[in-house]
Amino acid sequence: MAIRLTVIALAIAASAIGIAFAQSSTVDEIAKYREALQDGNPAELWEARGEEMWKAPRGPNRVSFERCDLGVGAGVVKGAYAQLPRYFADAKAVMDLESRLVWCMVNQQGISEADATRIKFGDGSARRSDIEALAAYVTSQSRGVDMKVALDEPHVRDMYRLGERMFFYRGGTHDFSCATCHGEDGKRIRLQDLPNLTKTEGAQKAYTTWPAYRVSQGELRTFQWRLNDCFRQQRFPDLVFGSEASIALTTYLAARANGAPYSGPAIKR
Amino acid sequence: MRITNVAGALGTMLLAAGMGGTLHGCATSPTDAETTARATAVLKASFNARGQAGLDRLDQDETQKLCSEYANRSLPAPVAEKIQQANLATIRYPADGKLVGDWKNGEKIAQSGQGFQFSDDPKNPAGANCYACHQLTPQELSYGTIGPSLYRFGKLRGFSDETRKYAWGKVYNADAYAACSNMPRFGHHRILTEQQIRDVVALLVDPASPVNQ
Repeated sequence: MAIRLTVIALAIAASAIGIAFAQSSTVDEIAKYREALQDGNPAELWEARGEEMWKAPRGPNRVSFERCDLGVGAGVVKGAYAQLPRYFADAKAVMDLESRLVWCMVNQQGISEADATRIKFGDGSARRSDIEALAAYVTSQSRGVDMKVALDEPHVRDMYRLGERMFFYRGGTHDFSCATCHGEDGKRIRLQDLPNLTKTEGAQKAYTTWPAYRVSQGELRTFQWRLNDCFRQQRFPDLVFGSEASIALTTYLAARANGAPYSGPAIKR
Repeated sequence: MRITNVAGALGTMLLAAGMGGTLHGCATSPTDAETTARATAVLKASFNARGQAGLDRLDQDETQKLCSEYANRSLPAPVAEKIQQANLATIRYPADGKLVGDWKNGEKIAQSGQGFQFSDDPKNPAGANCYACHQLTPQELSYGTIGPSLYRFGKLRGFSDETRKYAWGKVYNADAYAACSNMPRFGHHRILTEQQIRDVVALLVDPASPVNQ
């Protein structure tokens, strides 16, 4: 794919430039390179595939996602992501985008949960995830819309509180919690800047740029993937897709981003 | 989407809620302890064992529990002291008294971030990933900043027995010197072998190590 080759070439060029510069200018160069990449984000390919999927009849019931209510009305995608996670009375649960998509597949389209979640994350080639494509489409329809997670709703507030505790939960062989890497300003791992997710500004900048096309993986990644892969590096076991803890943490971080315009799907290294 | 084991979750919740007050004095209100207990129960129900990462990774020891509890506020001095004393007591020095190994191996261990992730092959040796958080040798520009710079570690402190002993202890169990450190307890949790710790210590304290040039 031409786009991908260009992107990889740019990435190599940027890292070569980076080594030649002192630390601070390396970071500047990476920022410039990221900016340049925004012009051609392969996430658009996922958005297009997701849009087709959204409108097509699916599953044994031949029902499209146009019956799926993401919280702002059946089939409405405009601005829906900016208000997620939210409480859904029909499911009696707080859900994020990915778990709501699965809920609609299972409860409206008649697809089994096992089938709906068989490919949660694509592998960068033939094994593609419907959920990642659908998430790309839905989130793209909130671009420019301010994040507005309803913390005045009791179920959402409860999930926020749980997520906050989980954020500071240390465990595993390495004693890591989310806060180990994301609890202070201006820190890096190697050369990778780390957002301070305990501050409004950091949470806003980080949360509003997921999902993102990951250049290094050739895939569009959702926030569920982001959490799962953070826990992998924390040396925790495998975070269950759509699990209560994943929703709680997403609620905590999404609500901390409230007030900032959503600007994904973005592109990241 | 997985059905939570409600009975199990509730049991844990009540147990932990009951213990919250007695273990840590009156630092937390019942509501706080309840939320913590529920968060812990929900967390434990939300993971699957995978590869070498079993569900026991979510079981906290006393240090992890206390450091989580106080993560978002200042750590009272007596709690910090308690944590440091308990961790100091875990440090084991090598039987042969040899604290310093080969800094060249230490550099390799400092560069490697492998080990203990569910995606890692447990047959491969684990690294310490020092560069993820620390500056060490001036040659390596790709270093993180979560921890302080360790450039000239030995030179600044003096190449003494005391420095060597401190370096060993710090790598073995960082919480012995700074309660709730971000640094993994490499010896205490058996992340590194005794020989690997020797080599990492050499990288820090050997006068010939590039760290001390």
